[in-house]
Amino acid sequence: MPDIKITPLGAGQDVGRSCILLSMGGKNIMLDCGMHMGYNDERRFPDFSYIVSEGPITSQIDCVIISHFHLDHCGALPYMSEMVGYTGPIYMTHPTKAIAPILLEDMRKVAVERKGESNFFTSQMIKDCIKKVTAVTLHQSVMVDNELEIKAYYAGHVLGAAMFWIRVGSQSVVYTGDYNMTPDRHLGAAWIDKCRPDLLITESTYATTIRDSKRCRERDFLKKVHECVEKGGKVLIPVFALGRAQELCILLETYWERMNLKCPVYFALGLTEKANNYYKMFITWTNQKIRKTFVQRNMFDFKHIKPFDKSYIDNPGAMVVFATPGMLHAGLSLNIFKKWAPYEQNMVIMPGFCVQGTVGHKILNGAKKVEFENRQVVEVKMAVEYMSFSAHADAKGIMQLIQYCEPKNVLLVHGEAQKMEFLKDKIEKEFKINCYMPANGETCTINTPTKIPIDVSLRLLKAEAVRYNAQPPDPKRRRVVNGILCVRDNRLSLLDIDEMCDEIGINRHIIRFTSTVRFEDPGPAVKTAEKLKTLLSEKLEGWTITISEANISVESVLIKVEGDDDSTKNIYVSWTNQDEDLGSYILGLLQSMVQ
Amino acid sequence: MKLYCLSSDAAKPCFVLSFKELLIMLDCGLSAHSVLNFLPLPPVPSTRLASLPNYTPPHLNDPLLEGELKECCGRVFVDSIPEFCPPLDKVVDFSQLDVILISNYTCMMALPFITEDTGFKGQVYATEPTLQIGRFYLEELAEWVSGAAGSAAGAARRWKELLHVLPAPLAHAARPRSWRRLFAPAALARALARVRVVGYDERVDVYGALDATAVSSGFCLGSANWVLRSAHEKVAYVSGSSTLTTHPRPINQAALRGADLLVLAALTQTPAHNPDHMLGDLCVHAAVTLRGGGSVLLPVYPSGVLYDLLECLSAHLDGAGLASVPLYVLSPVADSSLAYSNILAEWVSVGKQARVYLPEEPFPHAALVRAGRLKHARALHDDAFSADFRQPCVVFCGHPSLRFGAAVHLVELWASNPAHAIIFTEPDFPYLDALAPFQPLAMKAFHCPIDTSLNYSQANKLVRELRPRELALPEQYAAPGPGAPPRPHIACDAPVVVLRRGLARACGARRGLARGWLSAALAARVAPRDVRAGLRAAPLAAALRVRDRRVSLDDAPPGAPGAARRPPPRLELAAPDVDALVRALAREGVADARVERGADGCIVHLPRHDTLVHVERHATHVFCEGDAGVRQALRRAIAACMPHV
Repeated sequence: MPDIKITPLGAGQDVGRSCILLSMGGKNIMLDCGMHMGYNDERRFPDFSYIVSEGPITSQIDCVIISHFHLDHCGALPYMSEMVGYTGPIYMTHPTKAIAPILLEDMRKVAVERKGESNFFTSQMIKDCIKKVTAVTLHQSVMVDNELEIKAYYAGHVLGAAMFWIRVGSQSVVYTGDYNMTPDRHLGAAWIDKCRPDLLITESTYATTIRDSKRCRERDFLKKVHECVEKGGKVLIPVFALGRAQELCILLETYWERMNLKCPVYFALGLTEKANNYYKMFITWTNQKIRKTFVQRNMFDFKHIKPFDKSYIDNPGAMVVFATPGMLHAGLSLNIFKKWAPYEQNMVIMPGFCVQGTVGHKILNGAKKVEFENRQVVEVKMAVEYMSFSAHADAKGIMQLIQYCEPKNVLLVHGEAQKMEFLKDKIEKEFKINCYMPANGETCTINTPTKIPIDVSLRLLKAEAVRYNAQPPDPKRRRVVNGILCVRDNRLSLLDIDEMCDEIGINRHIIRFTSTVRFEDPGPAVKTAEKLKTLLSEKLEGWTITISEANISVESVLIKVEGDDDSTKNIYVSWTNQDEDLGSYILGLLQSMVQ
Repeated sequence: MKLYCLSSDAAKPCFVLSFKELLIMLDCGLSAHSVLNFLPLPPVPSTRLASLPNYTPPHLNDPLLEGELKECCGRVFVDSIPEFCPPLDKVVDFSQLDVILISNYTCMMALPFITEDTGFKGQVYATEPTLQIGRFYLEELAEWVSGAAGSAAGAARRWKELLHVLPAPLAHAARPRSWRRLFAPAALARALARVRVVGYDERVDVYGALDATAVSSGFCLGSANWVLRSAHEKVAYVSGSSTLTTHPRPINQAALRGADLLVLAALTQTPAHNPDHMLGDLCVHAAVTLRGGGSVLLPVYPSGVLYDLLECLSAHLDGAGLASVPLYVLSPVADSSLAYSNILAEWVSVGKQARVYLPEEPFPHAALVRAGRLKHARALHDDAFSADFRQPCVVFCGHPSLRFGAAVHLVELWASNPAHAIIFTEPDFPYLDALAPFQPLAMKAFHCPIDTSLNYSQANKLVRELRPRELALPEQYAAPGPGAPPRPHIACDAPVVVLRRGLARACGARRGLARGWLSAALAARVAPRDVRAGLRAAPLAAALRVRDRRVSLDDAPPGAPGAARRPPPRLELAAPDVDALVRALAREGVADARVERGADGCIVHLPRHDTLVHVERHATHVFCEGDAGVRQALRRAIAACMPHV
């Protein structure tokens, strides 16, 4: 099957709910299993009934790969494995396996306890689900079964984020998940080798953005925070507990230290310490600088940043608060927002992307009033700032990755349709490769050239190499091998003909043709032979012609000149069946010469 | 395939495998046994060592030998900077090496000798912990040797010329002229900078010729066995493996199975001692000594078994009511080693890994440090050590040979007090030899070697399970063991290649096939025919492309420049059926065939076309004096009535 089929169940021309079905070489692979933050109904999860209309999907899916711990990439995993039913292998990196259950549990609490939702997965289901996970390390090549192989590459985006290379037979696909091509304060840049996959499935969150330098953005961010707290305002920074939060903490910590600021900085949730501990344990996944200095000073021990308590919300005076979740769709960050929004000295800084339907998305689009489920209306007078700190690759980064791994096709997911369109154009123009962007539920079929493994006889190759190397070097000269293709037990081999006969124990039957040409040419036979050789050398360019006494040979064609010194010569031309073309050409040549 | 052995120390191996036109070095162990012949280098000047009497061989008056040799309790030592025994450099030209594969950090100490100033241009591969902990070992070694008080002493050379008149054991020193002083720190840094980091089960492409994969060997953090694989051959290199359960990831045996060649090295150096019992003995000895008011010195390396010792000993002392006894780790790299071990979550055993998910440190020594129970210092004179040094205590420090490092000073200090004890755990050096220059010794000395690598019976079991087609091992392991009739320590049903330093042996099967890739377009064009049941064949002419040693066969466009215009060979399987041939000729319009049958074939005569066809068992010969049309008709007729592909 030379086709690769891709069906996004989520993240097709959309951000959130990443879940992409990949099928190639008879294997079905699910890439990510995320939930959508913007919905509270069944649209929250991918539509698994697409795979099997009812019941468990284990039989239809060979493996599930999770790229990183963000909920839009792993949020539906317990739902799929425990409620829909899946018992097959699930792969993710070690940090993802450690951190994902904490975020899942966090989300579950918000959904069930705060919003009172039912029919949601339980804590036990999260635990059971994580038990099924196989943790992988970077660059480890994992054989899922005899034919399916996966390998993780560093993706930078968050701690433990990985891109996955997937191979079945001679076909391969790279799925990037979310990635970042520029190193930041705590993580390195994504990297992949020139693996030349048949298809690259890349995220395209920032398909049209080319971001200015990181340093400028950081300076802007610090300036805004500093100005706000100087005026006595409160700064709310909604973040996810792990990831951007740590980077911004490092940033503020160093700034506070340098500027000797006294204004309190809080990090909400008891998760802080635990989260930072994960960073300490998995320091091998952070960037070079942190890894080098961790023995002397661990970057994740913060001096200025203290844990937040709910009672602090109404405290007077300036403060900076990091609160979860990042898109202002629920939880503490939303509570704080409701309290602080009506005052114009306050500020909210959205450091990352917000999916449609969330409060974050609304205020970023300039909404001055936000209505909540219970008819509560909040006026937004506080300053709303957007800072693109979420570590996605921008257009430049995506192009760079394509250049790195040289795919034969590109497929865009995890982005908005309009922006994708633009990037698709750009990729097709610049790299002259096909680019696809299927919508959710739409199947995209990509035809790939197959290569069939074949065992080639070394004797054949060596003989060819000797012939080839004997000729003057010419990079354009084609190299050719002639042999017998054998098919045994579905395995192919290319053998030398004698080797083949030996191996299978048959005697080769040889057919030889001989014709005679009479030629009036007085003088010794050797002289005649030499004349003939000169003629042949002119006509047969590129062939090796050997002569010994009155015998000339070209491949299997033998030419023999016989006759006394002063009489008619008999020229015997003889060749094997293989060289029929050559033999009859030479014979024709000699016959025309005689007439 | 050829295998060269460059090291005489089976525990510090160094092999070179030549395979597919590549030279692959497997490990580069540095044998440090030679340092035992030297006088210790005290970190603090020692009057006792300085005042040892000179030694001159009887009946010899050689002024050049003056001051080179000293005597202590009847044994002669060289008073010089200690020298090491690097791998043999005359057999293989190091500049021709393509790859060095390192299995674990105890087997990489000679790396600078191989890669620096030799013209080496290849790649070095090791796992991340191997690189980091190897760096700790090498830096510690370099610092101990260069930082010693007596390092001004010159290099003694004359004694090497006079081995024959020197007393044992110096007289038996193996090739001391090839011994070398330790490399400069700059060379060390350059050598380590060459190392490329790989993960377990990561397939490293070696110049397109083969894949090298490091698989877990269960011996220490990041220790690996290497599997070299091409499409048709597999070589497994097993070095420093352990089937015991300690802190590292367990051994991956499945990946080693069914190799064409299995190279076995670095088995246990103390086959008579069970590591579990030794650990128990050690705890008891330590507790007894501490209760008696004495201190315990453990000469150890800065990583490896040290982590297990800290874990077990602290737990044992807690149980023995000695929880207040401080533990010290003295090493220039102590802080890094202890910190580093706790961020290697992906390289530790499942049990330790589970702690990381909580998240807690995988090793308990981080908690011991936080509680102030375990202290670490860079050197003896460090404030952290000297300021709150309290006895009785347990001190872990290097070097296990007792020839340099803080251990030299502590032995000197405590040697005269029988309350103190020194416990040897590292198996690299015979403990009596290590202690020889400190005699007479009043402190207690215990020998509890803990070597977790495979012992002979475990290795035999492993070889049986792995079923290699050929086994290669150093001569030490092929030597007959005890028992009657004597059997080699390691035996195998398959052929065994025995290796000795300086020897090259041919091994492995001859290669006949290479893996190539056939394009679908070309594959669609060939129509294989049945030769016999289960075997189909077809002639094939293909455009050959070899790039990065990857062979691809594509459709050859007709008349391409330079293409030899020869068609692919046809395989005719048997002689044509003569009756069928005559009928076929008649269909072609050649009707007057006369058949003469002879003893070993027959002749078909076409008088009107002046043509004869000799049909024999293995050949058919057509003498055709007619025109081309007749010949083509004959050719078609023959093809129609004989089986071919």
